[in-house]
Amino acid sequence: MAGVAVSTTINGDDVEFLCQPDETLLDVLRDRLGLTGAKEGCGTGDCGACSIILDDRLVCSCLVLGAEAQGRRVETIEGMAQGDKLHPLQQKFLEHAALQCGICTPGFLIAAKDLLAKNPDPTEEEIRFGLAGNLCRCTGYDKIVRAVQDAASVMKGA
Amino acid sequence: MGFDPRYLERNFTSVGTRPIRPDGLDKVTGRARYGADFNMAGQLVGAILRSPHAHAKIRNIDTSKAEKLAGVKAVITSADLPDLTDGNSEMYAILDNCMAREKALYDGHAVAAVAAVDARTARKALKLIEIDYEVLPHVTDVDEAMKPTAPVLHETVFTEGVEPKPGKPSNVAKRTQYGHGDIEAGFGQADFIVERSFKTEQTHQGYIEPHACVANANSDGTAELWVCTQGHFVYRQHCAELLGMEVSKLRVTSSEIGGGFGGKTHVWAEPVALALSRKAGRPVKLVMTRDEVFRASGPTSATSIDVKIGARKDGTITAASATLRYSCGPYYGMWAELGAMTAFACYNLENVETVGYEVLVNRPKVAAYRAPSAPMAAFAVESAVDELAKSIGMDPVDFRIKNAAREGTRSSYGPVYGPIGIGPTLEAARNHPHMQAPLGKNQGRGMACGFWFNFGGQTCTDLNVGTDGSVSLAVGTMDVGGSRASLSMVAAEELGIAYEHVKAVVADTSSLGYNDMTDGSRGTFSTSLATISAARNAIKVLRERAAQTWDIPVDDVAWEKGHAVAKGEKYGNLPALSLKEIAAGAGNTGGPIAGHSELVADGAGVSFATHICDIEVDPETGATRVLRYTVLQDAGKAVHPTYVEGQYQGGAAQGIGWALNEEYIYGKDGRLQNAGFLDYRIPVCSDLPMIDTQILEIPNPNHPYGVRGVGETSIVPPLAAIANAVSNAAGVRMTHIPMSPPRILATIKAEQAG
Amino acid sequence: MVEVTLWGSLAAAAGAKDKLEIEAKDIRELFRKLAEQYPGLEPFIDRGIAVAIDGVIYRDTWSKELPQGAEIFLLPRLAGG
Repeated sequence: MAGVAVSTTINGDDVEFLCQPDETLLDVLRDRLGLTGAKEGCGTGDCGACSIILDDRLVCSCLVLGAEAQGRRVETIEGMAQGDKLHPLQQKFLEHAALQCGICTPGFLIAAKDLLAKNPDPTEEEIRFGLAGNLCRCTGYDKIVRAVQDAASVMKGA
Repeated sequence: MGFDPRYLERNFTSVGTRPIRPDGLDKVTGRARYGADFNMAGQLVGAILRSPHAHAKIRNIDTSKAEKLAGVKAVITSADLPDLTDGNSEMYAILDNCMAREKALYDGHAVAAVAAVDARTARKALKLIEIDYEVLPHVTDVDEAMKPTAPVLHETVFTEGVEPKPGKPSNVAKRTQYGHGDIEAGFGQADFIVERSFKTEQTHQGYIEPHACVANANSDGTAELWVCTQGHFVYRQHCAELLGMEVSKLRVTSSEIGGGFGGKTHVWAEPVALALSRKAGRPVKLVMTRDEVFRASGPTSATSIDVKIGARKDGTITAASATLRYSCGPYYGMWAELGAMTAFACYNLENVETVGYEVLVNRPKVAAYRAPSAPMAAFAVESAVDELAKSIGMDPVDFRIKNAAREGTRSSYGPVYGPIGIGPTLEAARNHPHMQAPLGKNQGRGMACGFWFNFGGQTCTDLNVGTDGSVSLAVGTMDVGGSRASLSMVAAEELGIAYEHVKAVVADTSSLGYNDMTDGSRGTFSTSLATISAARNAIKVLRERAAQTWDIPVDDVAWEKGHAVAKGEKYGNLPALSLKEIAAGAGNTGGPIAGHSELVADGAGVSFATHICDIEVDPETGATRVLRYTVLQDAGKAVHPTYVEGQYQGGAAQGIGWALNEEYIYGKDGRLQNAGFLDYRIPVCSDLPMIDTQILEIPNPNHPYGVRGVGETSIVPPLAAIANAVSNAAGVRMTHIPMSPPRILATIKAEQAG
Repeated sequence: MVEVTLWGSLAAAAGAKDKLEIEAKDIRELFRKLAEQYPGLEPFIDRGIAVAIDGVIYRDTWSKELPQGAEIFLLPRLAGG
């Protein structure tokens, strides 16, 4: 099958790649571009471990085709910190021990970033529903919610 | 080895604090490498063909068309993984589970595998493999499988543990029995007796990371394996044995692990990846899909349990008995036995008897799942205990306190207890504000207790002091949830240096001696013992180097707060030497400074927890909502309290999912109908409240700091605590887990219909 | 001489005896003599037996001494998650 040539922007950098027409953006990121921060937990859009932001919209990259990235902006976990400075969410996840095994963490951070961009002052319930598309099997979500609450208050103050 | 593991009361500097974990930065930036995040040059993609039948004889496999497909580099069947297990039935079961031989024993059982240049070609090749199956009758339900008319999985299985030995094969692999006293006499003394039957459905550990590995087998008999596992040394052992390799020629590197909970304690597809690589002469990456994880990696048992408990009017339990039937999948296990051992472990009983039946069914091979088998037994027992308290008219907490096991109690599984924490967790529950909080309409409160053994095992640790005085700690137990932090803290504590100067890593199998896996809540318990021992050995070297520097006898040198100190009046003007100073001079005092430890960490100390939860039940729909949840558990000593809380919260959340949502659903055709996270629904963030925790610290006498394992016990009480809460909210006794809305509604309607 | 208590299924394999008197100084010697005197126990020993000494479970430390007068209880070797 002939490859599709795609020009896109990933974490602010111009990127070009060739992919198969039926190849997911997740597979492109992981297998062609070496961006393995997004994880495949299910491949069916149920676990959120592959969350990325596509033109300001939170999506599961396992449900997006690589070809669909043409001309759009992709944000992944790899672009979240600014140089050596962690995003407040990343910092608060560390401080609150909001991760145990850590496989869901990139997806949660991306989803939480998207949530706070749209709602800088969420209630606990809004956080819980905002992150309901991401599965974590280790933490029981308690420390994740607290980390997002703490990050929200830091970001408001900034 | 001269290491004394006994508990000594002390003041801690590092232990008990809450520093940031050393592997955290990589995990929040996406840099941490898990099983599927590793690649090798020239690597092929592996894929496995799985049986669509629950039970079928494999008459013939024709791989010729698949082999001819361009881009296919290897096709294997069981012929490429011959039986080298030499009569070891446990290893044979693992082998047969990796690749079916004469029969496919469940929907999803591996029957063949390919390695190809890419995933698309591999998938295409699987479709070209032709298998001639003779479909056989199947059985997936634990009670059905025990009936004499049930299809028998193995003609060679005759029930063990019954006299006289049965003349006919059956699906009941083994009967076991525990207990003491005379239950008939005990029930004779009872004023109240509760007798009930319970069922629990099969659940999966539900780790978010599917099994994944990269295998590279060479023609000279050496190989490398990169894999997500709870025990890379155990995986090395299994793979070497199944492939006929020398253990030391297989180097296994553990990736970061994206959850295991018992499901990554033995090999599933790794020998297949190695066999493919061996045949193709190239590295092979093999990653399971979520569908494969559900259909073909180990879930927990489905169970059917009968419980009978009797008590006097004053609330003293006079006798207790239980019959426990646990499904094992198609292979022998000790799952019912663990249920039989743990069922009544919380209580002080004069007369107790439990009988377990291991039942073979056409479902995937059962694997350990966090305190394996204990949650289901606790569900049945703690439900009956609650009902009994109610019929006597006693508060359920007071009733449990009255009957709780204590130091000197003969446990229901045999031995007499040392100092244990069931009483204190119950007292803490009674005094917890949660117990007094008001409840609204359709809301109920439930509580329950849980027990797990915890264990230790073989452990090996290396501690190396750098020339700048920083310390690297190499451990062999996988870090599943923050143990590199807690072990660094232990090393810092023992050496008297700051946590920031210690860096812990999980070493590969070629760099360190054998370690048992991270299971049985043993990671921090065992490896902290080995780390303390290694640090003490390093301190011995540090003292020797200081003595040499000062030219005084080593016996006059003590180790205090990270410094060598000369003891005695005559050394009054010798300034203490810091670890950093000694390390800087190491090159001229005898070379590198290190401490090693190889030990068997036994004496883990049993663990108890009490959980309280509030549930609201909608009587119209049967829907439930968890309103409040509190975990009270003994940790011995919490090394890193935040991660201990995390273990408590995570276990509770898994238990909540098990109690309310999660179940394997099989069709009449014996096929799994919900092999995905959409239909097998684990709790999401909006399903749960905050989970409050209270850490009790009753020191384990067999650990220098008093540490006990904390990982597993937290999943034991939730099933029962929630069932009791639902019963109190809806006024009906729930006896079937999960308590999904249709089940609750049906129970309410049946009650109303009388 | 130590007194060893066996769990239900093991007792059946030892000829319906739930308590045995064995002359053994440590776990290793205990297992050796059990296998010699009660051949029916060998498959259980192969599959793994743990020894509880005064309530503390030892799965692997075969050099562990068996103190006189201690409560010694045999259990199957446990699995965990």
